[in-house]
Amino acid sequence: MSKTTATPDIIQRRLPITLQVEPRLKGTSPGLSIITSLAAVLVALILGGILIALVGGDPFATYAHIANVAFGSLGGITDTLTKATPLILVGLACALAFRMKLWNIGAEGQFYIGAWAASAVVLIPLLPATASPFLFIPAMMIAGMLGGAAWGFIPGFLKARFKVNEVITTLMLNYIAVAWNNFWIFAVWTEGGFQMSPMFPRTSWLPRLSDLAAQIKDFRGLTLHGGFIIALLAAVVVWFILNRSKWGYEIRLIGDNPKAAEYAGIPIRRNIVLVMMASGALAGLAGMSEISGVVHRLQGAISPGYGFTGIIIAWLAKLNPYAVIIVSILFGALLLAGREIQPSGIPKMIQGIVLVCLIASDFFTRYRVRIARRTEA
Amino acid sequence: MLDLITILQAGVASGTVLLFATIGEIFAERSGVMNLGVEGMMLIGAMSAFSVTISTGDPLLGVLVAMLAAGLLSQIHAFLTITLQSDQVVSGLALTFLGTGISLVLGEGLSKAGTVALLPIVSPAWLSGIPLLGGGLALLQQLLSAIPLLGPILFTNQNVLVYGGYLFVPIAWYLINRTRPGLHLRAVGDYPAAADSLGVSVTRLRYFYVFVGGLLAGLAGATISLAISPGWFSELTTGGQGWIAVGLVIFAQWNPVRAMFGAYAFGALRRLILDIQGPTLLFGMANPFYYNPYWGFFLQMLPYAFTVIVLVIGSRDAVRKRLGAPAALGVPYVRGERGL
Repeated sequence: MSKTTATPDIIQRRLPITLQVEPRLKGTSPGLSIITSLAAVLVALILGGILIALVGGDPFATYAHIANVAFGSLGGITDTLTKATPLILVGLACALAFRMKLWNIGAEGQFYIGAWAASAVVLIPLLPATASPFLFIPAMMIAGMLGGAAWGFIPGFLKARFKVNEVITTLMLNYIAVAWNNFWIFAVWTEGGFQMSPMFPRTSWLPRLSDLAAQIKDFRGLTLHGGFIIALLAAVVVWFILNRSKWGYEIRLIGDNPKAAEYAGIPIRRNIVLVMMASGALAGLAGMSEISGVVHRLQGAISPGYGFTGIIIAWLAKLNPYAVIIVSILFGALLLAGREIQPSGIPKMIQGIVLVCLIASDFFTRYRVRIARRTEA
Repeated sequence: MLDLITILQAGVASGTVLLFATIGEIFAERSGVMNLGVEGMMLIGAMSAFSVTISTGDPLLGVLVAMLAAGLLSQIHAFLTITLQSDQVVSGLALTFLGTGISLVLGEGLSKAGTVALLPIVSPAWLSGIPLLGGGLALLQQLLSAIPLLGPILFTNQNVLVYGGYLFVPIAWYLINRTRPGLHLRAVGDYPAAADSLGVSVTRLRYFYVFVGGLLAGLAGATISLAISPGWFSELTTGGQGWIAVGLVIFAQWNPVRAMFGAYAFGALRRLILDIQGPTLLFGMANPFYYNPYWGFFLQMLPYAFTVIVLVIGSRDAVRKRLGAPAALGVPYVRGERGL
């Protein structure tokens, strides 16, 4: 590899200085990786601020508003963590698949199918409304994970068997999952003609902080629920799978060097299906946690695009499960406060800018860029 | 009653959206750059076309601005993937997020806008207004419309952009397969090192064809908001058609003519889904979709399910015939580095 590999010709020819770009041979230190990510987010916030100002908003007020709503009070903080809960789980779902360079863009659909399957336990009903929560919650969790895994199996199988591009299949399955969900809430489980199922019995609710309000007064009205604990545990499990298990070693090797993995005899096709299913199961669990912990019924708009935000979260966290938690909390804040921001597209736009800046910043972790005075050749 | 002619006619019209987007993506992918940002670029195009047309009253200007806006957006993807050699999948996704977000922010409140001057339907009266050629074109259009079967489907009551599609497909095919720039395009996508050694700038051509893809995605967006289903309905304006276009590229095996058939078939499917729920009788039997309106949700799944099926067919064909995908698709080109 030559020394000035990636310099665009245009820059070299016309400017009195040149940018010298050299690959970093020793790999990237974790510190540098964190700094570039933070820098990328900062640049994204500045760019987002400029765009907000251009459309007539006040960027400082907007950002201050986000911070204040999300972290300004105990209620705000727990609301933020509640919002972060599904994000952690879908972020983990994406991180696990992306680690194998398997582009699961279908977490949104897997979320919906997971929510649907968990609802089925209550609404068919598979368990009587009087069943113990210790039976209900695990049954719904298993149903949600099975639902998500089934939805992940389809693109996984198609890729393993027919080499079908999983980006497009997972995306198409998102639309199908939403239509499927709509069919059930409109036609089968509708409550009095409304587009939502009846309220679930309390035995199927994940415990909430506000349940303790009788003992601790400050907990009154707090929305944080047991799903947050589930999400934290899931992060630990995913970290263990990726970094301490043989399976995780296979996943990482396939992701980094599929040829080497093939020569080492690692079953790539089987792992494509398995990882897709595991990823789907995590997203399905997010769906379960959301309807059992927050919504308490199946309805149409249970996700404001969690599955897509999960993609950005996984990328921003550099696919590290623990970093996914932190990034999810920040994005939870953005989503929470975003509901009140006008124009309503701003959170989505900021997410897009963050992702673009992040991808661009990756360049600096792979290459060293030096500015040098142009010398006559 | 289900009217096959009406369905096909509407199918060709709404398929024109997919046609432009798919062929745009074919250009980009033929040069070796996969751009998954089509959906975002189409939304930018649809929003800016509608917005500009409302404020200026000039739909032609709306189309131009839409193409330029989407083209500009595509250059972010070009910079990230060609210059910075980022992963094309992630960058394309980022582009969709960005395009969606920006179009939602700028399009806020647009949907409440009133009627707008739309792109015209091609009719003899309209054609006669064109200086010099007008009379001849009007006569030609009347002759074409008189063709049995094809006349009503292709040439009657169609928007000017639909006609644009008819002209564009053979031009795109000819450009790619029969001209020197087309040869360079294919070389850059199949064997960039060889193209580079012959003095063809891989970087510049890839930037250019990603831009072309952006222009056409913008045109596809403008086709929606100014012709096929006029208006701005936030993300629902495109409803995933950008992704269907990306899928169609594989089905089309990177060939504009196959892309055309795929696009029109999908357009017809969209119309069929709407029409099939109307009549009480279907093939002499009680129409289940009329009596169970909620089955419509399963009909809604069809275009997306068909995209998956079409992908499976396309991928199997590509594997079997060992043809289709440009060899260097998705691979950044670094001069002097081993590889393709």
